[in-house]
Amino acid sequence: MRVHLRPQRRTVELRGPRRVGALLAELGILPGTAMVIRGELLLTEGDVVDESDEIEIRAVISGGA
Amino acid sequence: MKCRRCGARAEVQLRAHNTAFCRPCYLFFFRRQVERAIDAQRMLVAGERILVAVSGGKDSLALWDMLADLGHDTTGLYLGLGIGEYSDRSREKVEQFAAARGLPLRVVKLEDEQLAVPGVAAATRRAPCAACGTMKRHYFDAAAFAGGFDVLATGHNLDDEAARLLGNVLRWQKDHLARQRPVLPPSHPKFVRKVKPLYLTSEYETAVYAFMRGIDYIVDECPNAAGATQLLYKGALDRLEVASPGTKLAFVKEFLRSAQPAFAAVEQREPMECAGCGMPAYGVLCSFCSLVREVENRRARTSSALPA
Ligand code: SF4
Ligand SMILES: [Zn+2]
Ligand SMILES: [Zn+2]
Repeated sequence: MRVHLRPQRRTVELRGPRRVGALLAELGILPGTAMVIRGELLLTEGDVVDESDEIEIRAVISGGA
Repeated sequence: MKCRRCGARAEVQLRAHNTAFCRPCYLFFFRRQVERAIDAQRMLVAGERILVAVSGGKDSLALWDMLADLGHDTTGLYLGLGIGEYSDRSREKVEQFAAARGLPLRVVKLEDEQLAVPGVAAATRRAPCAACGTMKRHYFDAAAFAGGFDVLATGHNLDDEAARLLGNVLRWQKDHLARQRPVLPPSHPKFVRKVKPLYLTSEYETAVYAFMRGIDYIVDECPNAAGATQLLYKGALDRLEVASPGTKLAFVKEFLRSAQPAFAAVEQREPMECAGCGMPAYGVLCSFCSLVREVENRRARTSSALPA
């Protein structure tokens, strides 16, 4: 599956199905700090993503002030 | 995972609230959270004119969307920071948002005043975010007063407030703690009330709302954010939150309930008027005018050092 990380503008290719929670852990992303988007839908940690999926992981943090 | 309200497939899981929602139920939940915060803190009165500070990011656009949707009289204020492509694109997002909804928008650009953030930071040897914050506060306050608005609303979320609180506590900044509240009544006739209707909704919750509402916000970060201390505090709080969901909410809520009033009671400084711009100030010059003076001095020195 292709996973697009935003705003990092990085794409990673992963093989095999897994739960969203495991995917986030693999990528070192804390739960609650990013939205996991497939098409028009948001996924929760228990959802399974597989080989043919195209996923966007969009960080929600912002700021600096 | 299923929606706690209707049993449909859940799109969002909220550990801090120990719940999960489908899209329609989440939108209902989020809206009610914000409405409750507004009512409980008496942030807004029906019919008031609200100036909404918008950056093009998810929080401020979600806030504007929500306030307009709740039927409030809102005007957006976008302050162009002069941070290259990031500022250009964030302005486009705001302009598109306002145009699509027919909402009034005012645009002020710091570069038109020769005060773009990178130049000011370099001239004053300050961190960009420090210079940026001082200028934002000044322009928002001044625009709210000059425009005759009743309220200035900003999109600060729970994570912003928790990170700011942590920073203030780590340095025991009593004056800052005294003023860290979701509603700041005007301490001077030239100040308007300042409100933060999203102060109890997390960054994640706000992002989900923006996504579900189809708000096209700027996902890219300001290039200056990377080294900012606020992000360091947010990262630390995120780890605490994973280990113990609800930590951020309790940190901010309990501060406001049990500690903030004590800080507010001892900090009673009344602002005077700035000799430079006439806006409220705690010294002869407000912090914005001091900053501008530094920039001018620096520019005068550099230009006089140039060979004739
Ligand atoms: S990250 Fe810093 S410089 Fe950039 S907009 Fe935020 S406060 Fe301003
Ligand atoms: Zn539902
Ligand atoms: Zn001034």
